[in-house]
Amino acid sequence: MGVNADPLVGGEGFLTTTIEAFANWGRKNSLWPMPFGTACCAIEMMGVFASRYDLSRFGAEVARFSPRQADLMIVSGTITYKMASVCRRIYDQMPEPKWVIAMGSCTCGGGPFDSYAVVQGIDEFLPVDVYVGGCPPRPEALIDAVMKIQKKIEMKGAPIV
Amino acid sequence: MSFDVEQAVGSLQNEFPQNIVNIKEYRNETTILIDKESINKICNYLKHNLDFTFLADLTAVDYLEVKSPRYEVVYHIHRFGPDCEENVRIRLKAELTDSEPTIDSVVSIWSGADWLEREVYDMFGIKFIGHPDLRRILMPEDYEPFPLRKDFDVRNREASKKSFEKALEDGTD
Ligand code: SF4
Repeated sequence: MGVNADPLVGGEGFLTTTIEAFANWGRKNSLWPMPFGTACCAIEMMGVFASRYDLSRFGAEVARFSPRQADLMIVSGTITYKMASVCRRIYDQMPEPKWVIAMGSCTCGGGPFDSYAVVQGIDEFLPVDVYVGGCPPRPEALIDAVMKIQKKIEMKGAPIV
Repeated sequence: MSFDVEQAVGSLQNEFPQNIVNIKEYRNETTILIDKESINKICNYLKHNLDFTFLADLTAVDYLEVKSPRYEVVYHIHRFGPDCEENVRIRLKAELTDSEPTIDSVVSIWSGADWLEREVYDMFGIKFIGHPDLRRILMPEDYEPFPLRKDFDVRNREASKKSFEKALEDGTD
C-alpha cells in the first residue's frame, strides 16, 4: 500500500508515508461511480449496487448521477452513435483523476448489434481502463473489474491534482 | 347481434367501392388494400362511423426487388367492443411507388399516429403530407440515409459517425 506498516516508526503514534501513496489509498477505497447505464447491462449493475452483491464493501457504493462528483465511469449497455456524444461529454465533465469500466459485450465491441447505429466498442471515443465481457456479465465480474481498478490506482497511482 | 369484421368490411365495400383494391383474409386477420388517395377518407369513416377509435400501429414495408410498387404503408386499426371477445381489428394497406413515396397523414384522425409516422419517415423516407412536425425521431437530425430501406447496407456506419463527430464539435445532442 505504501503506508508504513509499523505505525510506531517515528515514535509516539506517528505514521510516515508519502502524500501520493496516502491519497491513492484514499481514492481506491472511495471510488464514486458514475453509472452510465443504457440497456440490459444496467440492470445487472443495479444488482451490484444493491444489498446482495453490495459494492459498498469496496467503498464504491455512492453512485453519483452528477459527473462532477464522480471518478469512475461504468458504461453499461449498448451505446449508439447518437448516445456516444452524450457519453463523451459526461466523461469530459468528470474531474481528474478518472477511470472507465466498459461493462458488457456491447461496450467492449458492439455485442450482438453489428448495425448502422451502434458503436462497435466505446474505446472508439473513451479511454477504457477495464473491459468486462459477458452479455450481461455476472455481478461478480463487475466487482472484479472494480477491484482491478483499485489495483491499478494502488500500483500506478494517479497524479495529485 | 354484435359488430364483427364482416360487417366492417361490408360497410367499407358499400361506401368505397372505387377505392378498395383487394381484400385478403389469412388466419382470421383481414387485410384491405386501398389506393393511397383515399386513406384519409376511409380512416375518417372507420373512426367516426364505425367506431374504430384506436390506431394500434402504423408501419411500412419495403418490397424492393420483390414487387412493384415498392412500398406498403400498413395501418392496424382497432375497435373496442363491449367486452374483449367483441374487439375487432382490421389492417389497411396502401401501396406507394418508389418515385413518389408520399401519403396523407392520419394525425388529424388519430393523434397517436404522430410519432409512428415520424418513425416511418425516419426509417423509410416516406413523407406524410399534412403531418404537423415531420422530423426524424430515432436517428440524429442531420442523418442522411433511410436505414430500413432495402438498398441501404445495414452495417454502414459512416453516416452515424459523421453525425456523431458533428455533435461532438457542436457540443449539442
Ligand atoms: S452486452 Fe448484452 S446484456 Fe449488456 S447491454 Fe449489450 S445486449 Fe444487453
